Amino acid sequence: MAARVLACAPCHGAEGEGTGDAYFPRLAGKPAGYLYNQLIAFRDGRRKYPPMNYLLEFQTDDYLKKIAEYFASLRPAFPPPVPPVDSKEILARGEAIVKNGDPQHGVPPCSACHGPTLGGMEPGIPGLLGLRAAYISGQLGGWRYGTRTAFAPDCMQIVASLLTEDDVKAVAAYLSSRPAPADPSFAARGSLPMPLECGSEPH
Amino acid sequence: MSRTSTGLLVGLILVLSPITALAQPKAADPAVIAKGEYLARAGDCIACHTAREGKTFAGGLPMKTPFGTLYTSNITPDSQTGIGTWTSDQFYQMMHSGRFPDGGLVYPAMPFASYTQVTREDSDAIYAYLRTVPPVKQLNKPHDLTFPFNNRSLILGWRTLFFREGEFKPDPTKSAEWNRGNYLVEGLGHCGMCHTPINALGGSKQSQAFEGGLIPMQNWYAPSLTSNKETGLGDWTIEEIVDYLRKGVSAKGAVYGPMAEVVYNSLQYLNDDDVRAMAVYLKGLAQGGPPEKASTALPSAESSLLLSFGKSIYDRDCASCHGATGQGMPPDYPPLAGNQSIQMVSAVNPIRMVLNGGYPPGTSGNPMPYGMPPFAQKLSDDEVAAVVTYIRTAWGNRGEPVSARQANELRAATLN
Repeated sequence: MAARVLACAPCHGAEGEGTGDAYFPRLAGKPAGYLYNQLIAFRDGRRKYPPMNYLLEFQTDDYLKKIAEYFASLRPAFPPPVPPVDSKEILARGEAIVKNGDPQHGVPPCSACHGPTLGGMEPGIPGLLGLRAAYISGQLGGWRYGTRTAFAPDCMQIVASLLTEDDVKAVAAYLSSRPAPADPSFAARGSLPMPLECGSEPH
Repeated sequence: MSRTSTGLLVGLILVLSPITALAQPKAADPAVIAKGEYLARAGDCIACHTAREGKTFAGGLPMKTPFGTLYTSNITPDSQTGIGTWTSDQFYQMMHSGRFPDGGLVYPAMPFASYTQVTREDSDAIYAYLRTVPPVKQLNKPHDLTFPFNNRSLILGWRTLFFREGEFKPDPTKSAEWNRGNYLVEGLGHCGMCHTPINALGGSKQSQAFEGGLIPMQNWYAPSLTSNKETGLGDWTIEEIVDYLRKGVSAKGAVYGPMAEVVYNSLQYLNDDDVRAMAVYLKGLAQGGPPEKASTALPSAESSLLLSFGKSIYDRDCASCHGATGQGMPPDYPPLAGNQSIQMVSAVNPIRMVLNGGYPPGTSGNPMPYGMPPFAQKLSDDEVAAVVTYIRTAWGNRGEPVSARQANELRAATLN
C-alpha cells in the first residue's frame, strides 16, 4: 500500500506523519471515517484544493476507503511541539476556547466533540494534536469562506463562523503548542455527547 | 365546477385516454434498453451531462471554452426540464444534425460532428435507455458566453466550415472488426474532439483528423493518433492498446489527465470485442515509420550541463520507480525510455506530470492504481526543465530540451 500512495508522500510524509511544510497536515492515526470523508470531499470537489482534487478525481469509493484505512492504521512519532511564539494571553484564550468554549457566543468547547485528550472520536472526528498553527487556522478559515464544506449539517462551518479572527489565532496557537498525546487513540464511537449535530459523524 | 361540466370532463377524459395511450411511445424491449445503456457509455454522455455530485444526466456541468462557459443540459426524461417530450426522431435529429426539436442550432461542444456517424438503430437504443433513467426536474442553466459568441446564428458559419453530416458507411475492403473500431472511434467515442487540432474558431478540421493538439483551457496535449511519432501506437501490440484503453495502464504507458476521465467513465465499461476493434482501428491509423531523430538540440556545452543536472535530479527523485535507464516497472511504473508521450514535440504532458503527479483512473481492471507524486513544491523551474530535458533525451529518446520558462508557465495550468 505504501507504494500505491507514494503520491501522498511529498506533502504528507512517507507514513503520513506530515512534513516540514506547515500547511500540509499529518494524516497518520486520524480516524479512517474522517479521512475517507475528506478523500470523497476532495474527489467530488466539496472540499476545494486543486492539487488534491486533481489527484483523486478518478478513484473509486472502495480504493479511497482503503487509502483512508491505511493512513488511519499508521502510528509514526509525533513531531516535537513548536515552541509557542504567541503571548501567554493568547495561549490562555486558546486554551479556554478549546476546553470551555465561549458560552457567551454559543461556541462549544473543541473537547466536547474532539475528546478531552483532543484525540478525536471514531468514525468521523479527527484528533487536533500534531498539527501546525498555519494548517489549523487555514482550515477554520476554509470553513468560514466556504472552500471547505462537509455533509449537512456542517457543524464545523457553524462553529468556525462563530469565531473571531483573534479566536482562530488563539485556538491555532494553543493547539499547535500542545505536546503529542502519550496514547494516540480515538474516543469510541458515540462515547461523547456532542453539543451539535454533524452530518459527517453518524449518531 | 358544476356537476354537468364535471360529467362532461370525465366523458372527455374517457374518450381521450385511448388516444393519449397511443401517443405514448410503447415501452421498449429490455434488450434494446440495455444496448442503449452500453452505447451511452461508449458515447461518454455521463461525463458532460452530470455535474459534480449532481443527479445523473441532469446536466448543469460548467464547460469552460475559449468563448465563455457553457452549461450542459438535462437529458433525463423529465417532461418540463429534460427531454421527456422528445420523440426518437427528434433525438436522432439532435445526434445526427445538431439541431434541437424546434430546429435551433446546438453548440458544437456537444460532439454532434462525431455523433452524426451513429446509426439510426443505435440512436434509438440510446433514446430508449434515456427514457428509463430517473427523471430529474432541473432547469437548464443559461450559457455564459462572451460577445459575439453568445449569438447562436454564428454556429451556422461554424457548421459550414467544420460539420459534415452523414451516417457511418462501412468500408467493404476492411474487416468487420476494423469497421466496428472505425465506427466507435469516429462516432460515439468522439475521439477527434481532442485528438484533432482545434483552430482559433473552435473547429476540428477533417483534413487534420486525429493529428493531435493542445486541448483548449485544460492545457493537456492530446497526441496525434495518425502519426507514429506521437502515440507510437504503430509499435504497440493490440493487447497493449486494449489494456491502455480499458484498464488505464499497460506495458507501454498509462493514461492521465483528460484521458483518465474517458477511461474512468466510458472505456472501462466496453466489452473486450469493442475495445479490441478500437485498438485494431487505432493501430491502423498510426502511420509512418519509426520516429525520427530530433533535428535540433541545445548547443553541446549548455546541453551537457543541463543533462548532467537533469540526471542528478532523475537519479535522486525518479529512478527508484522509473529505473536507472528509464525502463520503468510496467504496468504500475510506466517506462520513460521509448515512451512517445515523453518525447513528442509538445512537452506539456511530461512537464505537467512532473509538476502535478497523477493517478491513472481506478478501473475494474486496475482498481488500486499507483500514483506519481507531484514535484511542483520540491523542484524549481530550472530543476523541472533539467529533469524533463533529461528524460526526453536520455536512453535513445529523441525529444527536444525544454526551458525553465515552459515549466513555469505550466505551474499556473488549471488542475481540475
